[in-house]
Amino acid sequence: MDSMTSQLQRNFVELTNRMTKNEALEEANRCLYCYDAPCIKACPTSIQIPNFIKKIASGNMKGSATTILEANPIGASCARVCPTEELCEGACVLNASTKPIKIGHLQRYATDWAMESDAQLFSKGQSNGQKVAIIGAGPAGLSAARDLSRFGYSVTIYEAESKAGGLGSYGIVSFRLPNEVVDWEVEQIAKLGVDIKTNTTVGIDISAEAILEQYDSVILAVGMGAVPNLRIEGEELAGVHDAIEFVKQTKMGALTKDLVGKRVAVIGAGNTAIDGATCAVRLGAENVKILYRRTQKEMTAYKFEYEFAKQDGVEFNWLTAPQKIIGDEAGQVVGIECVKMKLGEVGADGRQRPEVVEGSNFIIKVDAVIKAIGQTRFVSLIEAFGLKHTDGVVDIDETTMQTPNKKVFACGDVVFGNGQGEAMVVTAAQQGKDAAQMIHNRLKKPSELA
Amino acid sequence: MADLRIDLAGIKSPNPFWLASAPPTNSGYQVQRAFEAGWGGAVWKTLGEPILNVSSRFAAVSYNGQRVAGFNNIELITDRPLEVNLQEIYETKKRFPNHAIIVSLMVEPKQEKWHEIVKKVEDVGVDGLELNFGCPHGMAERGMGSASGQVPELVEKQTYWVKEVARTPVIVKLTPNITDITVTAEAATRGGADAISMINTINSLAGVDLDTWNTVPHVGGKGAHGGYCGPAVKPIALNMVAECARNPSINVPISGIGGISNWQDAAEFMLMGATGVQVCTAAMHHGFSIVEDMIDGLNNYLDDKGIASVMDLVGRTVPRYSDWGNLDLNYKIVAEINNDVCINCNKCHIACEDTSHQCIDLYTESGRPMLKVREQDCVGCNLCSIVCPVDGAITMVERKSAIAPMTWNERQSLISNLAK
Repeated sequence: MDSMTSQLQRNFVELTNRMTKNEALEEANRCLYCYDAPCIKACPTSIQIPNFIKKIASGNMKGSATTILEANPIGASCARVCPTEELCEGACVLNASTKPIKIGHLQRYATDWAMESDAQLFSKGQSNGQKVAIIGAGPAGLSAARDLSRFGYSVTIYEAESKAGGLGSYGIVSFRLPNEVVDWEVEQIAKLGVDIKTNTTVGIDISAEAILEQYDSVILAVGMGAVPNLRIEGEELAGVHDAIEFVKQTKMGALTKDLVGKRVAVIGAGNTAIDGATCAVRLGAENVKILYRRTQKEMTAYKFEYEFAKQDGVEFNWLTAPQKIIGDEAGQVVGIECVKMKLGEVGADGRQRPEVVEGSNFIIKVDAVIKAIGQTRFVSLIEAFGLKHTDGVVDIDETTMQTPNKKVFACGDVVFGNGQGEAMVVTAAQQGKDAAQMIHNRLKKPSELA
Repeated sequence: MADLRIDLAGIKSPNPFWLASAPPTNSGYQVQRAFEAGWGGAVWKTLGEPILNVSSRFAAVSYNGQRVAGFNNIELITDRPLEVNLQEIYETKKRFPNHAIIVSLMVEPKQEKWHEIVKKVEDVGVDGLELNFGCPHGMAERGMGSASGQVPELVEKQTYWVKEVARTPVIVKLTPNITDITVTAEAATRGGADAISMINTINSLAGVDLDTWNTVPHVGGKGAHGGYCGPAVKPIALNMVAECARNPSINVPISGIGGISNWQDAAEFMLMGATGVQVCTAAMHHGFSIVEDMIDGLNNYLDDKGIASVMDLVGRTVPRYSDWGNLDLNYKIVAEINNDVCINCNKCHIACEDTSHQCIDLYTESGRPMLKVREQDCVGCNLCSIVCPVDGAITMVERKSAIAPMTWNERQSLISNLAK
């Protein structure tokens, strides 16, 4: 292996280290074991956090891992990717006196134990004869599958990609979430007898009608799709990337050397933009700029992601909107023409609308452009199931996760948006659990079947 | 899933975790909450002639910022009317028929007093009785509690009186405020005790306030000794349990008490001969829900060890506990330092140099500070590994002795045989 390749690979190794046993015990014993603990309430999956921490302290590692994974089937991933400052750790009462417990690190310590011990923590429930199809093997679909299998359902997941895991396998940068973690979580769910059909696209390999016909219940957990077009000139040029696809490539083995020493512009300032930008830095880009048409205040990336990107050397150009991507004769990106913006009236979403400053056009020389302005929706698939949606966000009864078609449930990113919730992995996991519970409740109460 | 049920002298409970007779078991409300949380049994706070309590009752010892390393109290037995307690015991037993309710008792050392209270308590339906011969404060000044428990004849006689009328198993709770607990334990068995429990609290004063010069705790500027419990007393309790367990003339089950805070502590007491354990301080520190990890952790431990029933744990280490005279004089271990793990705090060196056997050398190798044990001078005392803050930096390793094992007792008998 040449030295550049190994350097790039090192750049994508998980950033944080696992706690040592000493560290974990010290930290676990610092937990106050609060009653009615705010950290539990701040966790979308309601992990009994003081309990799992007490179990680390008492050396009951199996119990600790079970407590976590019982509440959150993808608790090993969430230990790494949850915005803990905004959730459990942000709620820790010790914020008011000393410093919060490192809950995420302790959760990783316990789930790492589970990964390495290979203990079977859960088992398939006795079969109840019911069949459920889940479309999408991401956080929501996997969580639903885990719980349904424990309840005794025969579960089949249809996944278009070659690997299960969804966002975890393809969308979260490796230096935060290595593939082995997601692979292990998928394996645990497969061990419960869940049939995961990868490389199977609903609508191509099997029709929505066939699924509706063959299964007692269906869960739509397809997430979101590619980044939409910027609708500016030059998008077809070589060197223009979709951030989702760009991150996905870094998760799939060979790391490209094409960006070594190059200048990269990232359009957008959400968490995906940060991922695209930091991946570009780690692929050896010499300069990476995030271009955002609003300001830091309106940016949707988490504060810790913003800090992280800055530490990686990413530049932030606020109030800057792309107008046109410029290519050379060979069709390769050489620059991006931008215009300065200013904030105007407050819009419907409560944020000030950006307005063009006329005549402020300027050109930034770049070798690559990464688009990260949101994600498209799988509208045709949603419609194939005959489901109602609002701009690709499936309409559901938020208490039952049910679509107007009573046997079809939806969860995860496919129901996020238009002001409904926040697209976190941990929220998707909870919605998957909720959908599973709702299906099970419906079975328990056949009289309520529509 | 291991079987956690225990049978202690005929008292059955779904798991070995009982709440000890103490503030947590003061009322039906509390005991029922405890059973809901998963506790297998409870020893009701001591009944007797109603008493008066004082205000300011508890104090705790923090150690290097760790709260409740030890706990001290001057609260007495129940201050609620006997009838109220009996009614609540009846209701609790009715609601939780499979949980163990043992009632702690303390009356004046008079036969009729014991007969009277035993009958009253057994009439409401309890699983067993625990005679409180241990409470070291207040009641002892009136000739009860540890004042009774320190006199073997009184232990035996009162146990006997109780056994004259008791229909349920009788546990005698012993005080540690005595030179040799096996003496009172034996007295209890002579009196007919079905089981013994230990330890009650140790005479203590938690501290002195350096600004006010008041004792901690104090009652309006005046203090009196209390009873000490919590994690700090565990080694004392564990030894007392073990001494009774290995004593061939004490052939009754033991309920272990003293600083038990988690499943590991409980497993240790059971290995040392306790059939079940009683907990107080840990529950007072964290609430009843701590029993969830106690049950789960013990169950996982037994599963890991391939042990089907927790009863199979009882007493497994007792045969390995003996007198000093039976220890092998030729067994040799030495300290080994792993310089790759060592963080160079030098605590092992100074501990050995100043306070033990001067066998850990400091030296430099290629400019790097290193530590090495001179094995020929190491006595295998463990001190360096005790003060070492890093896992794996110091390991005590066995060195096969060229000489056959020999204990002090064997050596002395050999010498006396040679002299003949």
